[in-house]
Formats: sequence, structure tokens, C-alpha cells
Amino acid sequence: MSVVLSPEEWQAIRLSLQVAFWSVGISLPLGILMAWLLARRSFPGKTLLDGIIHLPLVLPPVVVGYALLVLFGRKGALGAPLHDWFGVTIAFTWQGAAVAAAVMGFPLMVRAIRLSLETMDRGLEDAARTLGAGRVAVFRTVTLPLIAPGVLTGVILAFARSLGEFGATITFVSNIPGETRTLPIALYTYTQVPGGDAQALRLAAIAVVLALAALLGSEILARRVRARLGH
Amino acid sequence: MLELDIAHRLGDFALDASLSVAEPGITAIFGRSGSGKSTLLNMIAGLLRPDAGRIAVDGRVLFDAEAGIDMPPERRRLGYVFQDARLFPHMTVRDNLDYGRRRVPPARRHVAFDQVLALLDIAPLLERRPARLSGGEKQRVAIGRALLASPGLLLMDEPLASLDAPRKAEILPFVERLHGELSTPIVYVSHAVDEVLRLADTIAVMDAGRVRAYGEVEAITSRPDLADAGFGDVGTVIAARIVAHDADSGISELETPAGNLRIGRLDAAVGATVRLRLRARDVALALDPPQRMSVLNVFNGTIAAIEPRAEGIVDVAVEIAPGMRLWSEVTRLALSNLGLSPGSHVHTLIKSVAIERYPRA
Repeated sequence: MSVVLSPEEWQAIRLSLQVAFWSVGISLPLGILMAWLLARRSFPGKTLLDGIIHLPLVLPPVVVGYALLVLFGRKGALGAPLHDWFGVTIAFTWQGAAVAAAVMGFPLMVRAIRLSLETMDRGLEDAARTLGAGRVAVFRTVTLPLIAPGVLTGVILAFARSLGEFGATITFVSNIPGETRTLPIALYTYTQVPGGDAQALRLAAIAVVLALAALLGSEILARRVRARLGH
Repeated sequence: MLELDIAHRLGDFALDASLSVAEPGITAIFGRSGSGKSTLLNMIAGLLRPDAGRIAVDGRVLFDAEAGIDMPPERRRLGYVFQDARLFPHMTVRDNLDYGRRRVPPARRHVAFDQVLALLDIAPLLERRPARLSGGEKQRVAIGRALLASPGLLLMDEPLASLDAPRKAEILPFVERLHGELSTPIVYVSHAVDEVLRLADTIAVMDAGRVRAYGEVEAITSRPDLADAGFGDVGTVIAARIVAHDADSGISELETPAGNLRIGRLDAAVGATVRLRLRARDVALALDPPQRMSVLNVFNGTIAAIEPRAEGIVDVAVEIAPGMRLWSEVTRLALSNLGLSPGSHVHTLIKSVAIERYPRA
């Protein structure tokens, strides 16, 4: 068995990483905002919002994918205006795969960030304000650095969830080589064709290597964050 | 300097406090835990919003419910030293110190960086992280950080309460030096009488959400009716000045309005002021001039008042100098044996070794 990766394998890896980075990138600011709202604010409909954010965690992924298809399809409630006004279509594109992955990883990200917001010492924020820092400055200079470990955990969980996303992705954006055929979907495809076992095995091994690399990278990052917090 | 009149409800607890502090210097807000003193401080700082009322510092209105004014904490220009220091763990000591300072325009800075470093002896700590500081060091850095924001008023919320006795002894001189070297007025919340007697110029006594009394430390801490607010024993607090130390006898001589007083050698220079607390139970009364006894200090005076204390016990106020009363706790039996009543002339006997002393910076 050759250790040199085939173009198809490279494509699947590149696509998977691309989808994962974008899904985490676009959901992170929103994730921090939602976590902050849920941890710090009380408002009508908070429980409902909390429930909606958590839905992808408990629903079958296929249902989430189908909902995205209904919403973002050419004739969908969001897809139609996107297409008609901006000429943007995300169904059946890699951007759509990123959206599906983002939605699936979102509850994990929000939970981790929210937890760190709830456990951080809010007295430090009060102290910063008495020292002349406004709300935004306090968030930037005190809150964000102190919840960094939680944000990092959330990012890693969401990233891992994105790399492994299958059900919602295949339902929403299908299985298009070079566009939406991410690593898990490519692996699944090989298992469906006669004689694809060896290929499937190779992809499985690549998935393991990727996961280990991600874990190692996150551990190094986490150590740096902890060192900065003085632990 | 500080004017407040606020009302607030927090569940079962009602705060209804009114206070007007005219003098700069250190004002103690004294009371038992749960009396509302920290709540009051948080309201001055803007960290807690009162239901109603008004707060002004140096004529600047910080809060006025009726006028709809509620200045955010960052614009109040008040320093706050918390009981638990609250240093930012992700910053070095230097960055902590700089946090408030860099937010003040240079023209408005009235506290110099080097001066604070020297005053609090924190220069060697600059590059360290808070996690690697002792409790006392943390509190010194926290004080420096608040001062460097050039506040118009420094609020301190029991800054020594979470420290053990040796750490307390380590910090107290620094707070005293603040008082001496910087002109920043301080509001100091405490439930410890000894801290108040060492540091404060004036004191507001809080009890169940109200300010029960406010005035000079000597006058307020000598009031028997306030002893139940946390002073402990009834006693008299007087300010005295060291006039001489006698090396042979190991005695220090102090000047008080009622005459000189001799006590065991004080560890302070001649000319320094000391607050003395004479507990009422350590003061005895005599009708005739006592002779041949161990008590070193005898003041003559006239009984000004007799207050019942407990079953068979009374507090007797003896005026030993114009406007200066000394409390003595005696039994009713002794009172009737000696035939004492207001107006009687008596000699007050004060055991030197029973006098509590609080050196002032």
C-alpha cells in the first residue's frame, strides 16, 4: 500500500479542512455572542433560544440537513432571497457544507464558552470598570482572555464535529466530488462500491491521523493559554 | 467631599443610608457583617444601582434617581480596593498597575508611577504574575493599581479581612503611609475596631442598613450606646502625643487634654500621636486621692452621667477635661457605697498595662 496520497484523497482532506475552518470561523463570533447572552442576560424567550441552539445536538442530523435544504434551497425562505438578490446559492456547494457543519457544531461551541463565562470571576470585570474601562474594553481586555480556555475547547469541539459531519452534510449538499465530498462522505462512497475496501481503510487511517494532529495542536494551544493565565 | 442619601431593597434587607462626609482623610465605614457597608460602597462605586436617592463626590453627582443620573463606574473616577485584591491573572503586575493608569489622560494623573512603587514597595514584583504573589503582595499591588488611576476618592472594602495576622501587620503601615503621603481621601470599610483606631479620622457606624452615627473616631468609638454595633467593650478612646520615653523604667509619657499619662514603652518616636483605648472595666473610681498603689495614672474629674449597663452594673462618665469624658464600669453596690451621683468629684484610676494602644502614622 502506497503512503503517497492520491489526488482524490488530497481533495477530500483539503475540502474537509476547508469546510471545518470556515464553519468554525463563521460560527465563532456568533457562538461567543450567544454564549454571552445565555450566560449573562435574562430576556423573554431565553429558554426557547437555548432550546433552538441545542436542537442539532438531539435531532437526527438528517433532519437538520433536510431543514437546511428547505430553508436554503433555491425556493427556500432564505435561499430564494439569497439567490434572487445576491446571486448566492449555498445548497449543493462547499459553502453549504460549511453551514451544515457550523449548525451541527454550534451547540457544542456555545456550551463550552457559556460554561467558562459562568464560572469566570465576574469580580474581575467589576474591578476593570472601576479602573476606567468601559463595557467593550472590559470584554476585550478581561473577559475574553479569561474565557480563552473555554473558547478554545468550544472551537476544538466544533472543529472536530465539522470534520466528522456526515448526515446533515450529505442531505443538504449531497455528495459532489471536489465540491462537497468531504472525508467522511468519500469514505462512505468507497464502502458503497465493490472493491473499495482498501480505499475506505486508507481514508479511515487518514481520519485518525487528522484527529490526532488536531488533538495535539489543541493541547499545545491549551498549554500556551494556561501559561498566559498564570496557572 | 462625599454626600449620599440612598434607599435600596435587596430581598429582606433594606438599606436606608444617609451620610455627609466633609473632611478629607480616612473615613471608616464600620459595622458588623451584613450591616450593609459593602453594599453602600458598591453603590458609591456604581457597581450596584440604588432604588432611590443621590450620591455625590466633591460636588460631582454620580447618581441621582430623580434626575435620572447614573454615571457608569468607569466614569466615576473612584479607586476601589476589593477584599480579594482581584488582580487580573493574565497580566503581569506591571500590566495590572498600568490598567487604570493608561486610561487616564496624562494631564489628569496626579499619582506618579515611581512614587506608588516606592510607597507600596512593589518594584521587585513588576514582572511577576498574580498567581506568584503572596496575599499581602497581591493586596499591595491592588492598592497601587487603584491609586494609579488617579482617583478622586479611594474606596477600600475590608482590604485586610482576608489576610492572616502577620499579613495584616505587613499591609497596615502601607495604608498608613498612603494617608500620610497622598492627598487622596479614603473611604475604608471595616468590621475591625483596631484597624479603624489605627487608620481612620472619622467613622460612620452602620447597623441594619442604616448609618447610626457619624463623627470623629474618638467621639464615636467612646459612645457606650454604640458598643453593640461592633465595638465590643465599652471604653474611652483618646488621642495622645508621645512627649518622652524613659529608657530606665521602660515607660513612655503621653500628653492628653486631661494631663500626662504613663504607659509601657511605645514603639514610636517622640512627637508621634497614638490613640489609646481605655476600657471602662479597667477604670476604677475613688473618692479620696489614692496613695501607695501600683496604678500609675490618676485623673481627677466630675461625674457627668451614669448609664445603666447590665443587672447591677453601670457605666459612669467622668469629665476629666473640658468636653472629655472617661467611662468607668462599676457595680451599683460600689456606686451606692461611695454615694456617687452626677456632679460628684472622683479620682479615676487607670491601669497602665490595660491600656490598648494604636499608633497613628
